[in-house]
Amino acid sequence: MRLVVISAGVSDPSSTRLLADRTAQKTLDLLGESGTAASVGVIELGPLAVDIARAIVSGFPGERLQEAIARLAAADAVIASTPVYKAGISGLFKSFVDVLDNDLLIAKPVILAATAGTARHAMVVDEQLRPLFAFLRALPVPTSLFAAPEDWGSPALGDRIERAATEMVLTLRSGVGRSIADSAWTGYQHQFSGNATRSERSASDVDFSTDLMRLAAGGLG
Amino acid sequence: MQFGIFTVGDIAPDPTTGYTQSEAERISNMVRIAQRADEVGLDVFAVGEHHNPPFVPSSPTTLLAHIAALTQRIMLSTSVTLMTTNDPVKIAEDYAMLQHVAKGRLDLMVGRGNTVPVYPWFGKDIRQGVALALENYNLLHRLWREDVVDWEGSFRTPLQGFTSTPRPLDDVPPFVWHGSIRTPEIAEQAAFYGNGYFANHILAPNLHFKPLVDFYRERFEHYGHGTKEQAIVGLGGQSFIARRSQDAVQAFRPYFENYPLFRGSSLDDYMTQTPLSVGSPQEVIDKTLTFREGFGDYQRQLFTVDSMALPVEVALEQIELLGTEVVPVLRKEMASRRAPGVPAAPTHADLITAKYGDAEPRQPRPNPNRGDNLSGASPYQDSDPAVAASFPMAV
Repeated sequence: MRLVVISAGVSDPSSTRLLADRTAQKTLDLLGESGTAASVGVIELGPLAVDIARAIVSGFPGERLQEAIARLAAADAVIASTPVYKAGISGLFKSFVDVLDNDLLIAKPVILAATAGTARHAMVVDEQLRPLFAFLRALPVPTSLFAAPEDWGSPALGDRIERAATEMVLTLRSGVGRSIADSAWTGYQHQFSGNATRSERSASDVDFSTDLMRLAAGGLG
Repeated sequence: MQFGIFTVGDIAPDPTTGYTQSEAERISNMVRIAQRADEVGLDVFAVGEHHNPPFVPSSPTTLLAHIAALTQRIMLSTSVTLMTTNDPVKIAEDYAMLQHVAKGRLDLMVGRGNTVPVYPWFGKDIRQGVALALENYNLLHRLWREDVVDWEGSFRTPLQGFTSTPRPLDDVPPFVWHGSIRTPEIAEQAAFYGNGYFANHILAPNLHFKPLVDFYRERFEHYGHGTKEQAIVGLGGQSFIARRSQDAVQAFRPYFENYPLFRGSSLDDYMTQTPLSVGSPQEVIDKTLTFREGFGDYQRQLFTVDSMALPVEVALEQIELLGTEVVPVLRKEMASRRAPGVPAAPTHADLITAKYGDAEPRQPRPNPNRGDNLSGASPYQDSDPAVAASFPMAV
């Protein structure tokens, strides 16, 4: 199992990254208890900020960003963590998502997480991150994680992290994400030679029985 | 292998002087550019089709017909002819006429085209773009090969007993390339008909289009037109040449950095990560040779040299450098690397030989006017009288 953390925190140390790391560690521990070997990789968006902005303008990712997208595509599960700025998710985080293929995260289990300077932003995760990942047809686990300053002194945060991690582990072990992708992949829109791991890359992957493909072959048969 | 230039006919303020060409100036400058390309021995001049400012070429056949009259040997082409918003019947007629007046120095590249509002302006739905391009080309293909066409499709009014005139020159249709950057259906159509496939190639990472080119090659072989190495592939490119590398970068940088498409992008990233070549003739040669390493032997390389507000004098100098210092070396280097059995992109003469061998090409002569295409076997004198026209079912 390969977990990938996306962190849009930009300070060092970053509470956004800390929340993601604690969640990743708990997920690893629970997976380990159930006998599943797993590893975690991290995509820090701060160092990619210029690459992300350039990709928005040029329409294609540069090499470093492409490498990050490839790592995300290969992930079995994702932990997405962003700071809240001006009553919304980080623009950097949204911009990163904007350059992803629409089908990159289909049916992929995700834990959604955000940090903020005040508890009054608590709904940002569910009101902004969750619809974003709904658009991506990802599988966010039921529990969202949110940490305001006071939460770092409260055992309740640890409880919520454990709950989200448990939901993630159960989702992963059930294989439901993989089953959805296996059975329903052709029902989503895709781009030839995209970044998704299941993307069509050659003639042997392509379905030639579609209406458009028949039209391409002279419109007969 | 063919080398040439392609242009979108854009206008933008020159960032070094603030000067903006008028449409009148841009149009006559495009003609000068095509003439110079002919003079320096480039093989192809291709023009795009756009229906909105700041582009001027809304009527490519008019422009190309004028250029045909002023040039000697350069092949004229398009990049691209919009297969989505044009009526395929009018494309068949216009480009057959152009093929006649250009004496066969014509092929064309068909594609979906780009900007969103053009579709509704021409009464089309962009969501049907791929289907429009596919169906319209299927009809165009028949209109150029069958004297009388009965046809019914989803997008245009049906045809009964329609003859597209004039028939193509020597009854040999212009060679067609299908241009696409993301759509396997378009590559499939090119392969199905044994037509050429062109990947614009610029504005994307190096080798980004290789999977689609490979797909086309494989399907070309599947449909029995030859091996996949023999498929007819064209690539775009963009170059800016100066004798010294640093002069090229310095002169090109303001044009790149101020052009709307590239604002916020880095020239250095574009030079390393995309097919854009800015440098000495040798650097442009070396980079272009990497295209062959990546995509395999191919038949046509087009460069864009006059875009991005470059003054016409600079564009003419670019063509000069391309034609005298870059292309002659590329011709030799590409030829020496070429695998045996890889064909050239077909010219009109090649297509005549393929169709007729040593025999005389057909020259269709119409029958006396009957006022319609329906009463009789064919509108032309040389048709087989045994072939009867097919009529719509009486209801």
